[in-house]
Amino acid sequence: MSAARDDILGRVRDALKRGPLDPEQAQELDRRLAEHRRNLVPQRAAALDHAGRVALFAAMAEEVQATVARVAAPDAVPEEVARYLASENLPAELVMAPDPALDTLPWETRPLLRIRRGRAEAGDNVSLTPCLAAIAETGTLMLVSGADTPTTLNFLPDTHIVVVRGEQVVASYEDGWDLIRARAGSSNQPQAMPRTINFITGPSRTGDIEQRIQLGAHGPRRLHIIVIDES
Amino acid sequence: MQPTSRAFQANARAGLANDTLQKALAMARTGFPLKRAEAVARLPEFEDLREAGRAIKDHTLAHLDFYLERYERNVLVSGGQVHWVRNAEEARAAVLAICRSVGAKTVTKGKSMVAEEIALNDFLEANEITAVETDLGEYIIQLRHEPPSHIIAPAIHLVKEQVADAFRAAHTELDPARVLADPRQMCDEAREVLRPRFLAADVGITGANFLVAETGSSIIVTNEGNGDLTQTLPRVHIVMASLEKIVPTLEDAATLLRLLARSATGQEFSSYTTVSTGPRRPGDLDGPEQYHVVLLDNGRSELLGGEFQDMLRCIRCAACMNHCPVYSAVGGHAYGWVYPGPMGAVLTPSLIGIGEAGHLPNASTFCGRCESVCPMKIPLPRMMRYWREREFAQKLSPKAYRSGLSLWAWVVRRPALYRAAFGLAGRVLGWAGRRRGRFRSLPLARGWTLVRDMPAPEGRTFHSLWAQRQKAGSGR
Repeated sequence: MSAARDDILGRVRDALKRGPLDPEQAQELDRRLAEHRRNLVPQRAAALDHAGRVALFAAMAEEVQATVARVAAPDAVPEEVARYLASENLPAELVMAPDPALDTLPWETRPLLRIRRGRAEAGDNVSLTPCLAAIAETGTLMLVSGADTPTTLNFLPDTHIVVVRGEQVVASYEDGWDLIRARAGSSNQPQAMPRTINFITGPSRTGDIEQRIQLGAHGPRRLHIIVIDES
Repeated sequence: MQPTSRAFQANARAGLANDTLQKALAMARTGFPLKRAEAVARLPEFEDLREAGRAIKDHTLAHLDFYLERYERNVLVSGGQVHWVRNAEEARAAVLAICRSVGAKTVTKGKSMVAEEIALNDFLEANEITAVETDLGEYIIQLRHEPPSHIIAPAIHLVKEQVADAFRAAHTELDPARVLADPRQMCDEAREVLRPRFLAADVGITGANFLVAETGSSIIVTNEGNGDLTQTLPRVHIVMASLEKIVPTLEDAATLLRLLARSATGQEFSSYTTVSTGPRRPGDLDGPEQYHVVLLDNGRSELLGGEFQDMLRCIRCAACMNHCPVYSAVGGHAYGWVYPGPMGAVLTPSLIGIGEAGHLPNASTFCGRCESVCPMKIPLPRMMRYWREREFAQKLSPKAYRSGLSLWAWVVRRPALYRAAFGLAGRVLGWAGRRRGRFRSLPLARGWTLVRDMPAPEGRTFHSLWAQRQKAGSGR
């Protein structure tokens, strides 16, 4: 290991007026790391039932200029995508995450929609992705990278459409961490983490010129969320 | 960057006389505090979250060596690398070595105050690597060859006409007759110009708002999405971070994230909060092939364990400067280095020396707004006072000031003399100013009377009123 590393750790310990922690103290701290104990979590979403959380998620997302459509079943998603693109005067063409669940949707009912599956490239205008969770507290989408869910889809295109299944709506970021850990099975391995987790709250924006908010700084100008309300 | 903090007084005067700057600052003065207040009012738990946030950081700092080691281990397990660097020079060398190892010609950069602190761009340029800032504000000031004036809104000192001028001067390939009247048009132009730069870059450099020991992850918080394009498109992602960015768990990060956006811009949550762990995984269709963290000390370990340790809790939200009457009047450039405002007045002397930055902890009215809005409850005024004490002890303050202060101390330690002298002075001043009730100018008080009148004393001194009151009270 490098001299700088030893030097820095040495300086830190000198400043704290002690040597390396003894094994017992280290064990105690490792327990703290493994416990995933939650700190204070606001009641705003935690106190609501599931229907209340879905409503809060939609309201919070709309507050930050996302648009939200609620459909009754997965089969209605292709129709909603086509409707949204037409309403925004966008071409019926999109790049879609190569995700098995999205593939099972009845895209054949909308034969005019041209769909490419894969990562986003420079010229792509519209992307469609799934998400891991939708966090009611702040109207935030939680997306993870993976072979079926490339990250470029979330940032390169001008318009990003995200499909949320109703049961994916959770209260808090902490609920999202639990989903990440559950996905990997083991609860305490760093490999459980995907390369990238994107929390997305509304479309891209900047206030860097005279604090006047402009949407679509570098990421998508439009974020459209389709929530499937399954009973 | 060469500090000009020694020239704070001249910088401040220039700032006050600069009408364009004053126009820009006037827009900032109300916006941020108002939005923050609204966001805080909407979250009943905000005060308790501040307390929780402070506890997390205090716990982490008390065990910083342990969490740094756990963090490093988990970065390695996820396939990334950690480069420990003691100072700015080592940090620049580490970044250059990584860039050279992949034959990099251009790098894109997300906003990083640590990169500003080590003056990375100039160094890369000197080594024939083009560095492109991609945050809109950072891009604007890079075009204008000037440092940021605010830690989250680097171009807050500019009005839109100045941005338009910078764009016209730099984007010579575009139609000179194009209209650039509105921020919308400038935002679109920057997006169009920067998109090919994102796609062409060999290396992407971002900062980090938090490093998570539990998972070896780095977290960035942005609104534009530039930090995400910066770290997703190139082959190599470099994270620049200082030691104190560590938090133990993802749960701890969530608590601090709830404080950060609300304190900074008044948003419930920033548009993009991104957690990055290692390089792309087998089967991934995008993402960097290499993930490096340049972990910088640069004076942090010296703050630990002493009277300035609380400063290491800072999460760089900028609430302190957004609420500071001095910052709002003179702007960020007056402070003369990377970190302006109250947090800069405490941090800058520890990074470039109190001899260089002695003016900064003195540039405060001690109104205490900074501490009252700080999400991490950092006692900023108290620490500015510590710096003033050190400055005095090291005989760095001006001689007239020090002998004046010594004389003052000599007098106030002698209560009888103090009462006699000030009772007399009060009577003399009261008599001299009896007609107008105020003085337009006073000898030895020109600094005061230059910009306002001095009221003439009336009646008796506080001390004699107090003594009378005590006496009356004891008679009851």
